[in-house]
Amino acid sequence: MTVNPSGWRPSTPANEQGEAQTVTGNRALMLEEALLFEIGSTDQTGVDFPDFKPVTGRLGGLERNREIGLAGLSEPEAVRHYTRLSRQNYAIDLGLFPLGSCTMKHNPRLNEKVARLPGFADTHPLQPIDTVQGGLELIDLVGRWLTTLTGMPAVAMSPKAGAHGELCGLLCIRAALEARGDAREVVLVPESAHGTNPATAAFAGYRVENIPANDAGRVDLEALKARLGPDVAAVMITNPNTCGLFEPDMKAISDAVHAAGALVYCDGANFNAIVGKVRPGDLGVDAMHINLHKTFSTPHGGGGPGAGPVVLSAALAPFAPLPFVEKQGDRFVLVEEETAEEHHAQSFGRMVAFHGQMGMFTRAASYMLSHGSDGLRRVAEDAVLNANYILRSLEDVLEAPFGASGPCMHEAIFSDRGFGEGLSTIDVAKALIDEGFHPMTMYFPLVVHGAMLVEPTETESKASLDQFIVALRSIAERAKAGDPSLKAAPVHAPRRRLDETLAARKPVLVYKEPAPAQAAE
Amino acid sequence: MRYLPLSDADRSTMLQTVGATTIDDLFRDVPKDALLAEPVDLPAHASELSVERQLSTLSRKNVSAGEVPFFLGCGAYKHHIPASVDHIIQRGEFLTAYTPYQPEIAQGTLQVLFEFQTQVARLLGCEVANASMYDGSTACWEAIVMAGRITKRKLAILHQGLHPHYVSVVNTMARFTGDDIADWAPTLRADVGYDDLIAEVEANSPSCVVVQYPDVLGRIGDLTPLADACHANGALLIAVVTEPVALGLIRSPGEMGADIVVGEGQSIGVGLQFGGPYVGLFATREKYVRQMPGRLAGETVDAEGKRGFVLTLSTREQHIRREKATSNICTNSGLCALAFSVHMSLLGEKGLRQLAQLNHARACEVADRLSAIPGVKLVNDSFFNEFTIELPVEARPAVRALADKGVLGGVSLGRLYPNEEQLANGLVIAVTETVTDEDISALEAGLKEVCQ
Repeated sequence: MTVNPSGWRPSTPANEQGEAQTVTGNRALMLEEALLFEIGSTDQTGVDFPDFKPVTGRLGGLERNREIGLAGLSEPEAVRHYTRLSRQNYAIDLGLFPLGSCTMKHNPRLNEKVARLPGFADTHPLQPIDTVQGGLELIDLVGRWLTTLTGMPAVAMSPKAGAHGELCGLLCIRAALEARGDAREVVLVPESAHGTNPATAAFAGYRVENIPANDAGRVDLEALKARLGPDVAAVMITNPNTCGLFEPDMKAISDAVHAAGALVYCDGANFNAIVGKVRPGDLGVDAMHINLHKTFSTPHGGGGPGAGPVVLSAALAPFAPLPFVEKQGDRFVLVEEETAEEHHAQSFGRMVAFHGQMGMFTRAASYMLSHGSDGLRRVAEDAVLNANYILRSLEDVLEAPFGASGPCMHEAIFSDRGFGEGLSTIDVAKALIDEGFHPMTMYFPLVVHGAMLVEPTETESKASLDQFIVALRSIAERAKAGDPSLKAAPVHAPRRRLDETLAARKPVLVYKEPAPAQAAE
Repeated sequence: MRYLPLSDADRSTMLQTVGATTIDDLFRDVPKDALLAEPVDLPAHASELSVERQLSTLSRKNVSAGEVPFFLGCGAYKHHIPASVDHIIQRGEFLTAYTPYQPEIAQGTLQVLFEFQTQVARLLGCEVANASMYDGSTACWEAIVMAGRITKRKLAILHQGLHPHYVSVVNTMARFTGDDIADWAPTLRADVGYDDLIAEVEANSPSCVVVQYPDVLGRIGDLTPLADACHANGALLIAVVTEPVALGLIRSPGEMGADIVVGEGQSIGVGLQFGGPYVGLFATREKYVRQMPGRLAGETVDAEGKRGFVLTLSTREQHIRREKATSNICTNSGLCALAFSVHMSLLGEKGLRQLAQLNHARACEVADRLSAIPGVKLVNDSFFNEFTIELPVEARPAVRALADKGVLGGVSLGRLYPNEEQLANGLVIAVTETVTDEDISALEAGLKEVCQ
């Protein structure tokens, strides 16, 4: 396979202004890195094997007869390739990561250590049950913490992430309604909801209708009540909501929904604000997923894996998906298709091959046991305090649309009102990058103009918040003054603003070796 | 509390700044009767030492694959993972980064995803691949949904060799979406039975046919005639690969005509982890790219013309498209995709081929030795690193008896198909490079005993 023999890096430093250009495109510790396929080759490998005699006679006549095109690297090359790439990433380990709705908190390293214990990491999902009693007990333990913290009687542990948990909850609801012969078609979703809510409802076969928010950023209870009827299967509410506010009418909403024969799904993405302080079960919730990768500190890993266990009310518990762990005497068993018939015949079925994100359960267990019930309360309190501190420290320079109505929960929301001509939230966000911070969530929720949703989490020190506030204050002042240089930000990141339109118009999703003529240049 | 940086002095200063007297002033929107006055009834906080002890005690109640002769497969495989893979995925810049929505400071993750997509597309024999799904089973269902969108048909025909848990996931989901699913349990025969499947396609004009390659019994069939039959009848062929190492040695589904190829990437870089997290692979033809679920990294340039990468074609996705999205998937399996990609880069073409050859050679040896045991019959004519044997006794108790002797001796078909009597004596054995000569002897001796 063609490789990149010169090791030449892709960047062209020609356009840099006012900085010394380098031959390589590197700038001291900021190292450019070519693609794997430009530096590796198909006959290089970083893995050694013992001598053996290859045989191919039993492959059904389907031996591979062409090259795959997989570039290989020796171990030192591979370690360097990925280490260099890693340094082009911002991460919670580097600094404040105030992405609203994402709960980017510190990921304790004990979590990583225990997840790698061979009894957890090196067990197969289909091992005989008696050889994995510790694993099943761990799933049961995490489940017990979740049900206790939420005040709900049951939990489904198998969903793979938040959106998968939403799906699990809605399928429980659909199965419960079908079991009582009540076909309903509509799921109501607040217009401020995360996009997964309507997408999940559609994936579960429902029609989605929006319910409006009132001026205080909350669900409009009267509008909701007016829409409830025999065609509504469920209402999906995020509480605290995506404006960072608690829904004070939650109990009234649940009562109205139940009175109309429907069920309440709560999106638990923002559970970090209330963990240990409020039990959603006390508010009439029927199903709620919990993102272990948010509230319970399992790492986001650049986009997963997550884990989305779903706590369920007594009305929905019988419909929970297979498989699940049950304690029978002093032994843990896995209830699967064959045993379900006996005492769990109403389960809606299996939604994933095995029994969930074990590697995330071990990390969450480590986090839960470390904090304990007292520490988890403190988590919510500090998270809420940190967010309010940011809200009140910046509301004089950034419009806080709900600032006047009272405290926020774990995230503070600002709008881009008052910015100078042509400047918007994205310019502030990109300028934050230059100041060494990850931007906040931008333009979400849609109900706030140019929304900036800031979630600091409880693992930030006051000093860290103060530094962020100084930086954001300065940028906000520039935005209000109409400083055009904000449009150029970031200028100190590994890349300047990237052309997303080009990427979508002419998608290049895989590497293709340059044509021979080009390669010969 | 070691994870909470605020001191009590900080807390009072900050409460003053926000104009609150007590912390509960900030929770004033919570109805009084719903605000807990005391911690819930769970243990209080614990030191690192104490937590590590508690969880280590739990972990020791399990038998781990590395400490016994181990032959389980059926959708999850034990392979050696180079030490550098775990080192790299534990770098904080990868481990503790979010989804790369701010590309200027996420080029590391984005370039890795672009490289991952390229590796997956090439391995599966397709033009494009996405940046990962949750796992093989959910990727399989998403492929069926995608095929329905493309063909505007409702029937999916599942080959008898598709992993029964995948079949179960598909049936669960189809019940709610109104899709029709045709499926069968396998029979203990060497022939994969594609001729019957082709007849079904011709008779029913389905949206798609789903076939696992190699299948759950380890059998390998030529997909070409099946692909031709699908295409002649306006259907798509979906291939499911649960052991991607096999593709180092056998032809990819894409080059035999599969339209969508999904897979479970666990066996490269990820580890067993008692079932998760794993990594779903998803690849297809370029012309279907806008029908694909999940995130995609794409190449572009920055304001100075430097090459860079971004998440792209997001108008397919839930955060833009909401209820009209191609899927509800958001968080996927990024870090497992990184692990897959690092391991694959270390292997390269040469290493993957050697690994696959070694697996196959070991499996052939074990197949020969086990089928020489009186009463034991090898079902497969063809296999890669996993095959099915028929025992003279029921396999499920045999597996338990082997476990009592300290041998994890495979997956019984009784576990996977509890209601299929004709499969009760079937045992699926996976043999990877991790199996030693001593392991093989232990399995052979154990099976001889339990078969008596």
